[in-house]
Amino acid sequence: MSYASTGLKIDGVRITLDGRELLAVDHLINPKEVLTIMGPSGSGKSTLLAYIGGFLDPAFEAKGDVYCSGMNITQVKPQERRAGLLFQDPLLFPHMSVGGNLVFAMPADIQPKTERRGQAEQALADVGLEGFFDRDPETLSGGQKARVALARVLISRPAFLLLDEPFSKLDADRRAQMRDLVFENAKRRSLPVLLVTHDREDALAANGTIIEVGSQIAGQ
Amino acid sequence: MLRYSPFTALLVLAVPVLCGLAGTLLPAFGYLPALGGTSFSVQPFDTLFMQTGIWRSIAQSFFIGLTSTALAVILVAGFVAAWYGTRLFKKVQYLVSPLLSVPHAAAAFGFAFMIAPSGFFARLFSPWLTGWERPLDLLIVNDQLGLALIAGLVVKEVPFLLLVTLAALPQISAIKFSHLTQSLGYGRMAGFLLSTWPPVYRQIRLPIFAVIAYASANVDMAIILGPATPHTLPVRLVGWMNDPDLKMRFMACAGACVQILVTGFALLVWTLIERVTGVVSRKLAAKGNRYTRDWGVRVTASVLMTTSALIVFGGLLVLALWSVSGLWQFPNTLPNNLSLKNWMRALPGLSGPLVTTIIIGGASVAISIIITLACLVREQQTGRSGGNRALWLLYLPLLVPQIGFLFGLQLFLLSVNAIASWTALIFAHVVFVLPYVFLSLSAPWRAFDKRYDSIGAALGASNWRIFWHIRAPMLLRAILAACAVGFAVSIGQYLPTLLIGAGRFPTITTEAVALGSGGNRRIIGIYAFMQMMLPFVGFLLASILPALIFRNRRGITGF
Repeated sequence: MSYASTGLKIDGVRITLDGRELLAVDHLINPKEVLTIMGPSGSGKSTLLAYIGGFLDPAFEAKGDVYCSGMNITQVKPQERRAGLLFQDPLLFPHMSVGGNLVFAMPADIQPKTERRGQAEQALADVGLEGFFDRDPETLSGGQKARVALARVLISRPAFLLLDEPFSKLDADRRAQMRDLVFENAKRRSLPVLLVTHDREDALAANGTIIEVGSQIAGQ
Repeated sequence: MLRYSPFTALLVLAVPVLCGLAGTLLPAFGYLPALGGTSFSVQPFDTLFMQTGIWRSIAQSFFIGLTSTALAVILVAGFVAAWYGTRLFKKVQYLVSPLLSVPHAAAAFGFAFMIAPSGFFARLFSPWLTGWERPLDLLIVNDQLGLALIAGLVVKEVPFLLLVTLAALPQISAIKFSHLTQSLGYGRMAGFLLSTWPPVYRQIRLPIFAVIAYASANVDMAIILGPATPHTLPVRLVGWMNDPDLKMRFMACAGACVQILVTGFALLVWTLIERVTGVVSRKLAAKGNRYTRDWGVRVTASVLMTTSALIVFGGLLVLALWSVSGLWQFPNTLPNNLSLKNWMRALPGLSGPLVTTIIIGGASVAISIIITLACLVREQQTGRSGGNRALWLLYLPLLVPQIGFLFGLQLFLLSVNAIASWTALIFAHVVFVLPYVFLSLSAPWRAFDKRYDSIGAALGASNWRIFWHIRAPMLLRAILAACAVGFAVSIGQYLPTLLIGAGRFPTITTEAVALGSGGNRRIIGIYAFMQMMLPFVGFLLASILPALIFRNRRGITGF
């Protein structure tokens, strides 16, 4: 498979809980594009991410298909979907070094060990964390952790990105920086991006289509 | 008053353990004036090592402790890695959880009743499949290698380890880690074991150590399931300690010191195993292989887990069935007739031990919960939790082999004429009940939303009033659950009751184990059934009472 893709197609996806429809999305996200789903908590937006990633909670029901590069991945195992996940928390593995987190995510066909280390160091430098390979993740600031999480997801060569409020725990300065870094990298790698957020600023900065779900607008 | 609560906890936990250890150590080196030992010597050790098969007993305790713990940990880690976050996981979790409250002896009897040559399994397949018209003459229970004991320990420790693992998982966002690793292409099990298990393991390490200490030094399960020629070291030690020849106690104490070393050595070897697995797992994680074809292992893990739970359940049912069975010959699967005659006959003898059990359990739980609440309130006031040191103190009585300090404690209490008193016996139970009560209550207590306290204080309520009218009612369910856990722990205590009660306070548990050697399955069934019913009633009350008290308050009963 090539590194680039021809987009992520969300084809008539509906998510219901106890028979009540939470949201319905029908949209093609082209490479380099960002689709933002905006809505308050409980509106089912994170559930949509879970559905696309292949982790739908059994309490929910979902219909519709998801295509990645023209291939229907709705029934594909999560391991083979190549979804790049970024959460609100960086979720770095606390028992591994910063570099350990990256080589863990790196595809196994990159060998030998020295090559793996080299690529991980390069990926850290790309997000402005040169020389951080052997650091303990716990000693990093919130913004640095977020950047490691980004480097980790990028090095896994995802086919698309699924962002679940990834900026909401950062302070205002870092937030803008991190947003730029994420969108810039996604664009450079021609990745389609699906962002869910309750923050209007994030949604506007994404510079793409915005779908609002749920009855009220949060964050007012 | 409150300010002394941590000190009180220290007093009731550390003093018996440390005094007991000293009291074991001195006689081990020949010093016990009451029995004529006025000078130090290593003669008790010489006598000990002259006993036939002593090295075999020592080796057995070591291997049985280590193997059973390793198997239980592997089973739990494998199952959680394979199924965490699925429906199947929830179902098995509900199946396994109640087994935590089953006392060790009852679980061991149930297990024996299942696997013995004349046990339920053999009956289920005889004679139509096996052709056996009479039980095979085969040593399955009490086998030479201790396999039955290992298996019994595994099925009994798995529920405990699973529950402590379950408590640790949400704290490290295990579900999100699992999604993340799977999205990175890792097989479910490999992703979990490489990324989520290490931080989980760090949190359940002390409980695992406690399991090793228990498994290498336990007496009650080893009497029921363990090898007999020779017995494991702890079983032989208790025999010597209770020998009419008082001189044997010097050797028993020397043996208790050896037991401490055996357990210590098992813990040491375990930490080496930790190191090695740590290195291997880091190597695998750095290599990047995804190990996606894990379906077979996942199925195996779930089958083993379910089987281990069902064996205990089945064993308990078979125990109950024996207690009401009339004629039940091999190879009949079920008894010919049921009757309450066994119970009628056992009842007069049962009531005394039953009352003793309830008094000791009730009193030790009452003392433990008061100390626990006082410590937690104090912690809330000072904002200091005592951290790691407090945790090690709580685990101290669970990490030192019971035999190691109970022998010394018994001799000490003998010398001050306090042996076989209610007070001594109850406080001996508190040593083991308090840690469990504290550990079960501290998590929900600390997780309590402190804004409720602030609202109360802002409304002018005193600390005392906040405690009684806000915290205690809102946490009633957790408080009662901690009490039920403590009660179950007290019911299960065999060695403290036997040694500190000096045989004069028979409880359901000591009676059950003592009856075990008699081999009368009906009477064993009755005592083991009572033994498992008592904790069950405790948990039942703990869940019904809050529901009754707050029957029109959905916000609390749902806690």
